[in-house]
Amino acid sequence: MTFLTKAPACLLAMLLATTAHAEVESTDPIKLTLHDWTGQLITTTIMGDVLKKAGYNVEYVQADYLAQFAGMRTGDLDVAMELWATTAKEALDEAVATGDVVNMGETGMKAIEEWWYPSYMEESCPGLPNWEALKDCAEAFSTPETAPKGRYLGGPVTWGGYDEERVEALGLDFEVVHAGTDAALFAELEAAYQRKDPIILWIYSPHWAPAKYEGKFVEFPAYSKECYEDPAVGLNPDMAYDCGKPSGPIYKAAWKGVDAKWPGAAKAIRAFTLTNEDMGAMVGAVDLDGKTVEDVAADWVAKNEAIWSAWIK
Amino acid sequence: MTALHRLIRDPRLFWGGLFALTLALSLFAGDLAKDIGAKWVMKFPKPLELPLDKLISAAMKWLLEEAAIGPLSFHAVTRFISALIEAPYLAVRGLLVDGLQRGQGSYAVQILPPLSWIAVTTIFCLLAWRSGRRGLVGLVGACFLYLAVFGRWESAMATLASVLISVPMGVAGGVALGILAFRHPWAERAMRPVLDLMQTVPVFAYLVPILFMFGFGPTAALVATVIYAMPPMVRLTTLALREVPEEVAEAGRMAGCTRRQLLWKCLIPTAMPMLMVGVNQVIMLSLNMVIIASMIGAGGLGYDVLTALRKLDIGGGVEAGVAIVVMAIALDRLSQAEARRVPGTGRGGRLVWIGLAVILATSALGYVLPFVQTYPAGATLTTGTIWAQAIEWININLYDHIEAVKVAILIGLLLPVKGFFLGIPWAWGIVAMGLIGWRMAGWRLGLMALLMTGFIALTGFWPEAMITVYLCGVSVFVAMLIGVPLGIWAGQSDRANTVLSALIDTLQTLPSFVYLIPVVMLFRVGDFSAMIAVVAYSIVPAIRYAAHGIREIDPQMVEAGIVSGCTRRQILWRIKLPLALPSLIVGMNQTVMLALSMLVITALVGTRDLGQQVYMALTKANTGQGIVAGLCVAFIAIMVDRILTAAARGMERGEAGHG
Repeated sequence: MTFLTKAPACLLAMLLATTAHAEVESTDPIKLTLHDWTGQLITTTIMGDVLKKAGYNVEYVQADYLAQFAGMRTGDLDVAMELWATTAKEALDEAVATGDVVNMGETGMKAIEEWWYPSYMEESCPGLPNWEALKDCAEAFSTPETAPKGRYLGGPVTWGGYDEERVEALGLDFEVVHAGTDAALFAELEAAYQRKDPIILWIYSPHWAPAKYEGKFVEFPAYSKECYEDPAVGLNPDMAYDCGKPSGPIYKAAWKGVDAKWPGAAKAIRAFTLTNEDMGAMVGAVDLDGKTVEDVAADWVAKNEAIWSAWIK
Repeated sequence: MTALHRLIRDPRLFWGGLFALTLALSLFAGDLAKDIGAKWVMKFPKPLELPLDKLISAAMKWLLEEAAIGPLSFHAVTRFISALIEAPYLAVRGLLVDGLQRGQGSYAVQILPPLSWIAVTTIFCLLAWRSGRRGLVGLVGACFLYLAVFGRWESAMATLASVLISVPMGVAGGVALGILAFRHPWAERAMRPVLDLMQTVPVFAYLVPILFMFGFGPTAALVATVIYAMPPMVRLTTLALREVPEEVAEAGRMAGCTRRQLLWKCLIPTAMPMLMVGVNQVIMLSLNMVIIASMIGAGGLGYDVLTALRKLDIGGGVEAGVAIVVMAIALDRLSQAEARRVPGTGRGGRLVWIGLAVILATSALGYVLPFVQTYPAGATLTTGTIWAQAIEWININLYDHIEAVKVAILIGLLLPVKGFFLGIPWAWGIVAMGLIGWRMAGWRLGLMALLMTGFIALTGFWPEAMITVYLCGVSVFVAMLIGVPLGIWAGQSDRANTVLSALIDTLQTLPSFVYLIPVVMLFRVGDFSAMIAVVAYSIVPAIRYAAHGIREIDPQMVEAGIVSGCTRRQILWRIKLPLALPSLIVGMNQTVMLALSMLVITALVGTRDLGQQVYMALTKANTGQGIVAGLCVAFIAIMVDRILTAAARGMERGEAGHG
């Protein structure tokens, strides 16, 4: 009985809903891509929530970080909210060059990627975080497989990063071991941290790890484009990559058709910005305190109406 | 001349000579080449490499952007197929997850709810009840309750929806192709290499082209799943039809069957038990793909596993992983029971009405009492941090012992073997594979091995291929070392068999990613962790075939042994093992295949083999590199398969000769 009375009510509600949304340029769903790290899920969910507030139809699609460009070029996918200059710049530039993808500007967050060590390592290698300390205490970071060389755990091979070159150019006595995924990377950090075992590895921020574990980024000579490209620049006159890793903005990108189809949404996407601190706190709330991405994003939206209402004005 | 002749004829001289020569070259060729400045000895010269990967990428681009059949572009055709597959998927998904909706994206409004958790559980229990076995009802009910109680219901239903679409597609396609191969020898000849490739090319290799063709989302994942899960169904269908006794077909013909009637009314029913083995394989392989499918947008339980482990939430990963196992077990046992059910028996029509009544009642009640519709979140259980704490305890208290064992194995076994394979100059590698193929099964196989190894060197993947061979070789060795004794034990004792069957099912369907992360915590990133993952997965056929081989031995042979006064040990070593040897070799063959198929997963813990090349190609959306590296893996698998098959055949022949 309840069922029979409820169904027409639902239909009515649906009709009303359709009319209520008619003011936006197109009622087709805007497809935002989701990847597999928490920060990106939060960024995208906040953007989606805000677009929904403006009356747009939003759909989330799971897509691989780099493979998504193929989808954005054909319009299968519409918006990607986190493209890190450190990992996706080449792919982004290439896609923009085809004319089918548009760079929607910076998110305001800065990507940092560098060698990182837990604080307890300063006892066995006192000169840290200055990189020159690593020259003398490589052995403190060694394992049976690499001894007497130190062991540096790099990111997955696909992240690039030129660590083999860096080690050679700066004369560090380290062997670079690549973790296959970032899950493996942080699994090893967690285990070493529990045992207070030596470890030095690739960490990036915004991420929960720098918040959960006490430690510091190694301070290498500052990155410059010339240092990567010109062997003569930098400490080692004969080799490139004799400096730290670049840090850089996190971009947004969209299919070229978004501007024409949903001009208001395109404006909001361009206006979207967040800070590293906000993001770090939200990532921690999800990954360390066990809240859901939806709740954390909704919480931000509820508390920051002044900020996001300007985006969709 | 006679010396050469003897060298070839005498197996000990041939194999010993080949190994000694390879070892010598592996040890000294590298240094020698460095001294005389001939770098090309160890490293295939870059300018001579075939740019096959670039050609394939270009062809793919052309296919997607320009190719057309008349006015229809190729792209439109693939998208049409995609829509055809998506429609039933969305329907099933609506039934199980989303309910009936109007509108797209966030505009969607639910008109009707999906089937309630009580309704779905009841339907599956009724299916089990139909087979007339009470134990099964309990098992299936417990499996579905697990999904609800551990809060995995929605993800599990999303996974179930994709399995309910991909399994019938795989089975129907497999049976159709199998019948074609059964009727026409040309079809079988044409299909065999294709099936070999489908089973051995790593999934990641063809994921990129599939994504391009079928778009992002569940369809691409479904297509990949079907490609991966279908080959055993094709092979088993052909085999099953061929094994139907001639008398059955004869009787059918005498009764005046048409060709079609003969097939569907006589042959297929007779072949049913074997066909069901195929169905079981399709279900298991489909669930195997859950993790990989979730990487390209299938969502569901696989996605839960991945996100949990990214946060190092080991408990969450294990719970979601076990949910996959539980679902595999429920579906597998149901399909097995259904196959064994004699048509016309059991309880039929009444159950449909009970099922419908439950669906209607729970849907209506759900409006008043929400917990009838959706399992209440407050009542879910979780193992929480127990797993993480257990790992932490082991990590802190037992690490030193673990490390000692690890270092011993690493230095005693892994590193020497790695050095041996990496030291082999590519040119000698090609010759040696040719010689092995030729010695085992004549010049045809020799030539094939020569060409395939040549392909690997020519495309520039030689070092990666050698790391692959080393890692798989060592893992298969360890898997056989552990698996065969377990299998022998299971073959001799029913109780052991029950325990081991449960272990085997779990190992086969628990996503390896679930145990990979704890393994990395205890053994660090590297070859050792990779080896453990490969062994855990590929040990299954080693156990299964050993048990099978022991069980199939003619009891009279054992009896004869006992009569002539053999001790138990003598019976095992002198009678049972030699008789089970062909079965062991088949098991080893399967172990190698599974080990190779795990390569892509080991890439996730940082190995530098062909699997890593395929994985890199995936993340860079480089079609050509992925396919070429995938083909290299497939060629290694095919060569091993042919050589071991020849070995098993030789052994059986030898046995027949003695008997």
